[in-house]
Amino acid sequence: MITIALYITLAMVVLAALLNVYRLIRGPDAPDRVLALDTLYINAIALIILLGLALGTRLYLEAALLIAVMGFVGTVAMAKYLKRGSVIE
Amino acid sequence: MSEIAEYVIAALLLIGGGFTLIGAIGLARLPDFFTRLHGPTKATTVGVGAIMLASVVYFSVSHDGIGISEILITVFLFMTAPVSANILAKAAMHIGVKPMDGTRGNPWEQ
Amino acid sequence: MLDRLNFPQPWLSLLLFTIWQFLSDGISGASVVMGIILAWLIPQITQGFWPERPAFIHAWRMPFYLLRVLGDIVIASFSVARLILSTRKPEPMFVCYPLELEHPLAISILASTISLTPGTVSADVSDDNKILLIHALDVNNEQEVIDAIRTRYEKPLLEMFK
Repeated sequence: MITIALYITLAMVVLAALLNVYRLIRGPDAPDRVLALDTLYINAIALIILLGLALGTRLYLEAALLIAVMGFVGTVAMAKYLKRGSVIE
Repeated sequence: MSEIAEYVIAALLLIGGGFTLIGAIGLARLPDFFTRLHGPTKATTVGVGAIMLASVVYFSVSHDGIGISEILITVFLFMTAPVSANILAKAAMHIGVKPMDGTRGNPWEQ
Repeated sequence: MLDRLNFPQPWLSLLLFTIWQFLSDGISGASVVMGIILAWLIPQITQGFWPERPAFIHAWRMPFYLLRVLGDIVIASFSVARLILSTRKPEPMFVCYPLELEHPLAISILASTISLTPGTVSADVSDDNKILLIHALDVNNEQEVIDAIRTRYEKPLLEMFK
């Protein structure tokens, strides 16, 4: 039963990622694109967790943690660039 | 693995996937930037949180102990989601992104 | 050099040490040593970013507050989900919320809470820390939002930071 639920969830998250990519391409403004990227990395974390569940291993959690940290820093850097025109002043 | 644990894990996975999808639908179809901000900050965060909880339950009933890493990731996501939403809203107001027609009140600029 | 061998932020150091133990697989000699080094080094480096000490008085109230916020987050996602899936157009509004809290940490906790709970995202704080700009997704009038936030979240935070 877990296997079936896992596949349905995987399909949902992949669909969600595709919708994010649609927003990423469509825009219309730069903040929309950054927001789409932000949501995309959170979806990537979900995908990695699901992969770990499917393979029955916890090794991938470290990768998920790194993506969480790096994705947040990336979002903040991009938002700061949009606001100030430079990342490090 | 017991029957109940299986049901719990499957339900958590489906709830998580559903919320993640709803967050993305919100991002794709809401009319302007400021309304789009609401989908990802709430729905997606809760969705990933539920998936993470499913992972915690799965690994704690199957073999090795409670997953601390999952809980750390979830806490981290819940702490950072409002911060990124806030800083993105600031950036959008600075650039002058237009709110949709019918928005009452004004974004201010400092 | 020797006068730098202290922990300027004891709670931060303790938190860093604990998180490091969780991150490394199981507690061992190496992880304890590394944890102590990190717990000393990171507060030293970031000391310039902590202008004043946090003024928590009733920290024991925090778990209750967190539980309430967690429950609201779940309700919030259901209401946002319903709005996203319905065909009705949302009626958004920018609300200026007059803050009663004064401590910067308390304000940032309140802003984060607002962002995670039903239909509101905090967008900006005025330079003098007096007004919080909130974007509400679907509301009827301004006063409703202000009253809800005041009674539900700001009151408990005020008690914690008084």
